[in-house]
Amino acid sequence: MTPSAAAAPALWEDAVLAASLLAVDPLGTAGVSLRACPGPARDRWLTLVRALLPESAPVRRIPLHIGDGRLLGGLDLAATLRAGRPVAERGILVDADGGVVVLAMAERLAQSTAARLTAALDTGEVVVERDGLALRTPTRFGVVALDEGLTEDEKPPAALLDRLAFHLDLSAVAVRDLDAPVSSRADIGAARDRLAAVVAGEDGVAALCTAAMALGIASIRAPMLALRVARAAAALEARGAVAESDLALAARLVLAPRATQLPAPEPPEPEAPEPPDQEDRSDDEGADQQDPLEEVVLDAAQAAIPPGLLAQLQLAGRDRTRNAAAGRAGAVQHAMRRGRPAGVRRGEPRAGARLNVVETLRAAAPWQPLRRSAARGEAAQDRPSTRVEVHREDFRVTRYRHRSQTTSIFVVDASGSTALHRLAEAKGAVELLLADCYVRRDQVALLAFRGRTAELLLPPTRSLVRAKRSLAGLPGGGATPLATAIHAAVDLADAVRRRGETPVAVLLTDGTANVALDGGTQRAQAEEEALAAARALRASGLTALLIDTSPRPRPAAHKLAMEMDAVYLPLPHADPAAVSDAVRATADATRPAAVPVP
Amino acid sequence: MATVFPFSAIVGQDEMKLALLIAAVDPTIGGVLVFGDRGTGKSTAVRAMAALLPRMRAVVHCPYGCEPESVAGLCGVCQPTRKSEAPKSRLVPVPVVDLPLGATEDRVVGALDLERALTRGEKAFEPGLLARAHRGFLYIDEVNLLEDHLVDLLLDVAASGENVVEREGLSVRHPARFVLIGSGNPEEGELRPQLLDRFGMSVEVKTPEDIATRIEVVRRRDAFEGDPEGFAEAWKKEEQKLRRRIVAARKRLPAVAVPDSAMERAAQLCIGLGTDGLRGELTLVRAARAVAAIDNHKEVGDAHFRRVAPSALRHRLRRNPLDDAGSTVRVERGIAEVFGP
Repeated sequence: MTPSAAAAPALWEDAVLAASLLAVDPLGTAGVSLRACPGPARDRWLTLVRALLPESAPVRRIPLHIGDGRLLGGLDLAATLRAGRPVAERGILVDADGGVVVLAMAERLAQSTAARLTAALDTGEVVVERDGLALRTPTRFGVVALDEGLTEDEKPPAALLDRLAFHLDLSAVAVRDLDAPVSSRADIGAARDRLAAVVAGEDGVAALCTAAMALGIASIRAPMLALRVARAAAALEARGAVAESDLALAARLVLAPRATQLPAPEPPEPEAPEPPDQEDRSDDEGADQQDPLEEVVLDAAQAAIPPGLLAQLQLAGRDRTRNAAAGRAGAVQHAMRRGRPAGVRRGEPRAGARLNVVETLRAAAPWQPLRRSAARGEAAQDRPSTRVEVHREDFRVTRYRHRSQTTSIFVVDASGSTALHRLAEAKGAVELLLADCYVRRDQVALLAFRGRTAELLLPPTRSLVRAKRSLAGLPGGGATPLATAIHAAVDLADAVRRRGETPVAVLLTDGTANVALDGGTQRAQAEEEALAAARALRASGLTALLIDTSPRPRPAAHKLAMEMDAVYLPLPHADPAAVSDAVRATADATRPAAVPVP
Repeated sequence: MATVFPFSAIVGQDEMKLALLIAAVDPTIGGVLVFGDRGTGKSTAVRAMAALLPRMRAVVHCPYGCEPESVAGLCGVCQPTRKSEAPKSRLVPVPVVDLPLGATEDRVVGALDLERALTRGEKAFEPGLLARAHRGFLYIDEVNLLEDHLVDLLLDVAASGENVVEREGLSVRHPARFVLIGSGNPEEGELRPQLLDRFGMSVEVKTPEDIATRIEVVRRRDAFEGDPEGFAEAWKKEEQKLRRRIVAARKRLPAVAVPDSAMERAAQLCIGLGTDGLRGELTLVRAARAVAAIDNHKEVGDAHFRRVAPSALRHRLRRNPLDDAGSTVRVERGIAEVFGP
């Protein structure tokens, strides 16, 4: 969502404030997620943070595809070879102790890297168990996650976001807005000194917790972070205790961006007493009995929520305890994986094979005394005797075995014609298939089309919890934009293939197209385009299965299946189990055996 | 090591705390899996438990921390000397070893000691994390993100209680009996069924929903962060009380009777729920016995089964991952059928 332009100066002011608070307590607030494209606003903000942090505080930038060796620390190869004994190298997280790490392109951050960061944030130390080293180094740092995501779905891993106090969005801030009073480094320094002595009253804690509840924030980290921010704010204002305005500020900066629901001002319309409803009511009772301080905090948070967001949230009100965009674990994780290590073998690091340094050194180790004495005998001058003599036959390379993953893309027709008869059955079939995918550890993606668009309900994932949830929430009704849907499926399959996985498309439709690509409603054009899209699908080489969901098998669906060279399967009777078997057969036929990668 | 949050100061999360206590009382239970929402204190609880455990006696200079009294299951260092003389021993803290993500295989199983090999040309074995975790706990945070080849390795060792290393010309075997503790968030991916089965108990944690509990959580955490030592000091008495309870329960454990009727009840419950294999029944009975020992009861009864059945059986149901009723609900239904409402 893009907040309106009028709010932009206020946005920047808040961002500046957040920078100051971060500089006051980078360790406690744990950091900022900064959503903005590269540009003057982001650069200005980063410069500001650098200028506000003490001179001595390190600021380290972490590139997206950082290796574990550099992130956590590992074996320093050059030093090891020079010294003739293992020498450890410090990782960036240890270097950044007392300062800030800047994560570039955090929206594409691998789940595994995020897990390492959060572990270090939680425990205040980096634990390394790799390359024959066991190190435990205390380090405390703040994180600035630069999020360049454009859509709602592109955001840094939820596990990381949950721990960062500030979620800023600078995408609507223009250059002319970049004007706000800035505190000086001296102010910040004074505030840092005061921070430890700031006290927070019990009612302040209660107010933040109540506000977080009322805003539907499930994680208990949110009020904790808000409390620390309130402390930092009080320190910045040279107060010895947290005041009402500090709490309000903390609520605005920390709680508001995490809100998943509006605190309902009136009781919800009377309905049959269902559990979620009752929950709402108890929330309301809490809201009614709020004392003034809690109201102030809540109002502050509420005022900072852009109106467009609220409309969205109210629509999605049913599913509010869990963040729908949480974790794209499957997708990202697999992009990072180069297959499963399948041992080490002797060989030279050529043709893409990676030298396994530690194993190479291990192979060379037993020969050292022999080789050193031989080298000394040959050479005129004595060489430094601690050097490690590595010969060609010591080289060891890591082998990876890459098992190609299958990603089943379900393209579900949720249009009126299907919804009437078979949507429930189609859902049942998909659920059965999902269970099957679980057994085979396949990934699933879910595309639904109705009205004018095809929507990616679920990017490829292995989390069945999410798959099931998005399927349950799928509404039916509307026209059938079949061509659009097929094109979307082909695009998605392409993306899947680029990650090195094998896509299989499963279309559940009755084959009647009535919306054209341009949104027009001429049936003839829509049908023609659907067939053209089907041919494009065939040309792309995508394996497909078309399940005819119409009450009686129709020639339209059959023709469509022929055009896309898909297996055609009518679903005349409600028998989801038969569908499951068919998909299994199709997927198995395309599944390649384990492919060894040299 | 920095001061850790005291175990007894953790608000709520009773099921998780009970499961960890059971594992502390009876390590043969086979480990605890904690799955749940973000920010519910999963890692905090495990680290707190580490500080809570009473110290144990271990052989001096044994790299694996062997038991001084036992004769079986010793490591290669202790085995030859054991018959001739009683070994010197000392009190050491029970190891709770973190298996960090990104750990490499050589560090987990142990490998050739690089330093000695490079500087002295000696072939020596450098024990890894599994050796360090022997007789203690191995904790894997974000267990569902663990790489597959490490999972394979753990499965094998956890099943056999012995780590066999055959690499770089080394041939070493040493005992590695540990309690596996895993935690993670189910939204980030499922766990492999084989690994799931290795955990004796599986606990689901949720963010507390009521406001008073939440305020208390934030308040205590805040107090802890402001003054960790002072906070730990204030809870020291509670901690000691709990530690004494664990020690006492361990002593009582062998004496707790499991009557045939109780065995039958456990079997009924497992049959009713259709759990695979006998591991479910075994864990159920063991966990119930541990609870009876903790509560100072002489005999295992229905009340104990009721408390532990969800954690002991939840992850063993033949699973339809898409069944609307979660496994917990199914177990509760089964309990109501066998033990009455």
